[in-house]
Amino acid sequence: MSLDFEKEIADVEKRIAELSALDKSRSPKRKAELTSLKRKVKSMTKKVYSELSPWDTVQIARHADRPLLRDFIDGMCSEFLELHGDRHQGDDKAMIGGFATLGGQRCMLIGMVKGRSVEEKVESNFGMPNPEGYRKALRLMKLAERYGLPIVCMVDTPAAYPGREAEERGQAEAIARNLTEMAALEVPIIVVVTGEGGSGGALGIAVGDAILMLRYAVYSVIPPEGCAAILWRDAAKAADAADALKITADSLLEFGVIDEIVDEPAGGAHRDPETTIAATQEAIVRNIKKLKRRGAKRLVDQRYNKFVKIGRFKHARS
Amino acid sequence: MGWFTTSSTKGDKNAAKGLFVVCPGCKSHIFEEERKNNLKVCPKCNHHDRLTYKERLDLIIDPGTFREFNSHISTTDPLEFVDGKGSYADKAAQAKAKTGMNEAIVTGSGNINGIRVVIGVMDFRFLGGSLASGTGEKILLAAEHALRMKRAFILFSASGGARMHEGIISLMQMAKTCAGISKLNKANIPYISVMTDPTFGGVSASYATVGDINLAEPGAMIGFAGRRVIEQTIKQKLPKDFQTSEYLLDHGFVDAIVNRSEMKDYLHNVLMYCSRKKA
Ligand SMILES: [Zn+2]
Repeated sequence: MSLDFEKEIADVEKRIAELSALDKSRSPKRKAELTSLKRKVKSMTKKVYSELSPWDTVQIARHADRPLLRDFIDGMCSEFLELHGDRHQGDDKAMIGGFATLGGQRCMLIGMVKGRSVEEKVESNFGMPNPEGYRKALRLMKLAERYGLPIVCMVDTPAAYPGREAEERGQAEAIARNLTEMAALEVPIIVVVTGEGGSGGALGIAVGDAILMLRYAVYSVIPPEGCAAILWRDAAKAADAADALKITADSLLEFGVIDEIVDEPAGGAHRDPETTIAATQEAIVRNIKKLKRRGAKRLVDQRYNKFVKIGRFKHARS
Repeated sequence: MGWFTTSSTKGDKNAAKGLFVVCPGCKSHIFEEERKNNLKVCPKCNHHDRLTYKERLDLIIDPGTFREFNSHISTTDPLEFVDGKGSYADKAAQAKAKTGMNEAIVTGSGNINGIRVVIGVMDFRFLGGSLASGTGEKILLAAEHALRMKRAFILFSASGGARMHEGIISLMQMAKTCAGISKLNKANIPYISVMTDPTFGGVSASYATVGDINLAEPGAMIGFAGRRVIEQTIKQKLPKDFQTSEYLLDHGFVDAIVNRSEMKDYLHNVLMYCSRKKA
């Protein structure tokens, strides 16, 4: 699958694949052509990816081949012991968590599952947690706190599920409770926005000491389509809304909302998941090591200060 | 939007003159004078119309005891946001002119039947009571004041949610305000949330639903996602009383629904139970 703005790259990539398949004899002429085409792809990719619009970035963040939570777990963790259930309502398949070891560091890893196959997508509700998902996450965080384990939250969700039962079981309260409790947890919390950071649904597990974001992830107060429908009265203006909302990693770093951008190779994580996952693991482990040295009180104080200083307002003379 | 709409009373001479209005709750005609004397509550069906922050403060705080905090905190336009209809800067300027407010909330300290409290009152007229940088800052500073002075914090919500025009910075105000609430929790300072019509999105999913005590006005609409979004998602019609205060009470997210006329005394009574010092 290729995205609109990647069409030219995909065409050349296809040509390379065709030539490679055709050319068994490897004549010098063909070889030279292949080399030049490969070089061309590389420079085209570099160029296209240096000029991405926010709306292009949204497409990459939602790309079907982008690594998902299970890929990150498989690639980063030497062990993952999944722990199920919120102890009240059920076990949300859109939000999972458990004991994990990465780079020799034991931690509690929590995140949203989107699913790749149709069955997986349906089972995980397309990555949209219900209240029991947020409550399971909080239960696991509290468990981690008791045993001094750092918490790693991997964020990739379009939104908290907007459903009838979700409302009846307190979607708003579940998210609000997490925001309130996470502010005071006495263990390090590392957050990584890997794909879609969908509004309150993302924030519900995204209060932390180090907020990381992959280069082509997005994080927004409202999906661009939703914003366009309300403020432009036309969902088709999503690209304009994506521009206006400033949802890319660079903007968020500038606003002080995130602390670090985890680089993706040119061409995006969907072209090279291994490199992306390795870079993510490196960043998480580095931050765990750094934050573990901070005492509990300093950790909570600095997290508080970090969030309360976010905001841009003025002092009007009236 | 206020309920005094000329469109709903079109063709009615008396209504056009403002003598009486049509109640959006029961559609009956009520004398404007009677409605005003009744705290903007319909005498026939108990529909609670929205209040301005001034009307709310007059109702809850003992006369002459209110001291406002940080009234100068005002909006900027961090994203230089322009949508299909115009710029955020213009919209904010209009909201300020219309309401006389600098942000969607007024905070301060005042007395409730003699008990000094810290209070915040959101006003839906200011950009739909939306939560953004200035709103979040004022709530946080009020919570910090309550913490320092060991006074209860009472917050009346009225909001459509986070303000899109400040993008991710608005979203972060949810975490910011909840961090303030978390400090109150830890210090056993009472935090009482009162949800009024409407309380949605980023406000219901932050400070409004995590009160030590959650109160609501009758018939207020309270929820996370909007009704239309949910209906489009699940492709089903929702019950008529979905997302009303009464519905939330039934589902366990509100401690009590309190009539406007009884709210002040109710708050006072609750405070008497939640005060460690004054027995
Ligand atoms: Zn009525």
